[in-house]
Amino acid sequence: MDKVIEVRHLYKDYETAAGPFPVLKDVNLVIKKGDYVAIMGPSGSGKSTFMNILGCLDRPTIGEYMLIGHDVGKLNSNALALLRNQTIGFVFQGFNLLARSSLLDNVSLPLVYAGLNKNMRHEKAKQVLAKVGLSQYFQSRPSQISGGQQQRVAIARALVNNPSLILADEPTGNLDSKTSEEIMALFDNLNNEGITIILVTHENDIAAHARRQVRFLDGKITQDSSQQQTVSLETN
Amino acid sequence: MFAAMLGEAWHAMGANRLRTFLTMLGMMIGVGAVVLMMAVGEGAQQSIKKSISSMGSNLFIILSGAPSAGGARSATGNSSTLNVNDANAIAELDSISGVAPVTMGGAQAIFAGNNWSTSIIGTIPSYFQVRDWSPAEGYLFTNSDIRSATRVALVGKTVVENLFGDDIDPVGKTIRIKQSPFVIIGVLDGKGQTLDGRDQDDTIIVPLTTAQRKLFGNQVPGSVRQIMAQAVSDKAMPQAEEDINNLLKQRHNIREGSESDFSVRNLTAIANTAAETTKTMSLLLGAIASISLLVGGIGIMNIMLVSVTERTREIGIRMAIGARERDVLLQFLLEAFVISIVGCIVGILIGVGGAALVQHFTGTDTIVTTQSISLAFVVAASVGIFFGFYPARKAARLNPIEALRFQ
Repeated sequence: MDKVIEVRHLYKDYETAAGPFPVLKDVNLVIKKGDYVAIMGPSGSGKSTFMNILGCLDRPTIGEYMLIGHDVGKLNSNALALLRNQTIGFVFQGFNLLARSSLLDNVSLPLVYAGLNKNMRHEKAKQVLAKVGLSQYFQSRPSQISGGQQQRVAIARALVNNPSLILADEPTGNLDSKTSEEIMALFDNLNNEGITIILVTHENDIAAHARRQVRFLDGKITQDSSQQQTVSLETN
Repeated sequence: MFAAMLGEAWHAMGANRLRTFLTMLGMMIGVGAVVLMMAVGEGAQQSIKKSISSMGSNLFIILSGAPSAGGARSATGNSSTLNVNDANAIAELDSISGVAPVTMGGAQAIFAGNNWSTSIIGTIPSYFQVRDWSPAEGYLFTNSDIRSATRVALVGKTVVENLFGDDIDPVGKTIRIKQSPFVIIGVLDGKGQTLDGRDQDDTIIVPLTTAQRKLFGNQVPGSVRQIMAQAVSDKAMPQAEEDINNLLKQRHNIREGSESDFSVRNLTAIANTAAETTKTMSLLLGAIASISLLVGGIGIMNIMLVSVTERTREIGIRMAIGARERDVLLQFLLEAFVISIVGCIVGILIGVGGAALVQHFTGTDTIVTTQSISLAFVVAASVGIFFGFYPARKAARLNPIEALRFQ
């Protein structure tokens, strides 16, 4: 079975003072191993909420989310943490590195929670840092390197525990266009190696790097470049 | 994993050194105060215990004279209403195991070119039994010395130091007291200070009859200043006190309702009161010091709460990449724990050093016990965990999405 993600009839409500507010309404999506998906949509379309659910940071209100065979809605917070640690690599818009730690320690951090010893952690961290082209900066602090380099470190951190899936939330949002292209080239390479990548973006040229574009509007998927017919069937 | 977390805690503490130090300072002062106060209290209790055991156990002292006689109050021990026969009668009581009549006064003792003013005690051999006092060298005098009023003397350590110095062995030497020569037959064991700070070793003890006839003559024949009596046991003390009172009232023809011409003091009760007071004092000192430990703990909690808020985003990142609630809990708990333990270790050093300084500059005995150190350690560690727990739990329960959004 090569489905990494399978979402069926997923609803998400937020509790507000005025009662439950629906953010996602009946979302269905299947992502296969090796897919390269861009999730697009305006602010408030529900794409961030959807990403949080895909990233196991949040649970669906109703519906089913299967992540490599795990029914995420039925897992407790410890199991979710384990799943985030073992199967997902996060890349954020604001890099989100620990300012006080060296790049090596930043990249090793997921392996601390995976329970690896120090030598193994540093060995693997050095490998992935080399892979993103930062072998010479092991002991630097995040503030000592450029934004593009920081995002490379964040990608290295996402890769370090061999995830099935990389979730990138506006990964180029804080970068200039030239650096953005470099980062996207890195993602392209990773996808060519077989890693499944899902990224959220506003920009069409960034989304163009992906092989599949999914558009959100008002809590629903309104367009899926690979499954035009299915979506139009369901929207009818 | 634990080692990695300990490293992180150390790292986090190093990131804000001044703040960490100030937080630790509260702990240091608290622990230091507890260790120091307990050392002072323990020292006081030990010196009281020493005084009590040097006094002899289950002791009464019967003083001649009353608190007041016919409206005119006089100091006890000044009149001569007690005599040797009273002592002998008390010795017959079932509740009493030993009795020693004592007469005393101050006099100057002379040996070679040295002189020393000291207190002279005239008594009988049972005095040494009652006071639980034995010679360090030489012998005690005997009842035959009492009968023949021989001029022999036992000297205390302080007298030996001042009259003979370190080089001369006093046993067998002759000293002069009020022009009379006395042969020293023994040196008494050191007893140290009494509860009221008097040096018990600054004394010369001679046979009662010798003291009465040769030194403090001109008194009512057979009269003594005081009688020491020892009860057979601790439990027999109240009975013994009643027996002594009844006996002496009868012997002195004192009617019901009129004032006695003697007073009986329970030395052991006085000593126990002193010991109780000291114990209460040291408890009080410890309690006051513990408050500063508590304040130190609250300081830790305060800083940990600030730290959790400041590092909300970091907590979100950690959770996103796989930290479980208990990993975050452990991280912050460990940080609070390390702060309090390091503070505690420095605090113990401060306490021990402070105790040494107090002893050096005031002469008050201070005793740092391993119990007080381990107590301070355990309390500080629990304070760290107790006050670190709430902030750590707050961190662990953060919602990762909101934590990541935190600016």
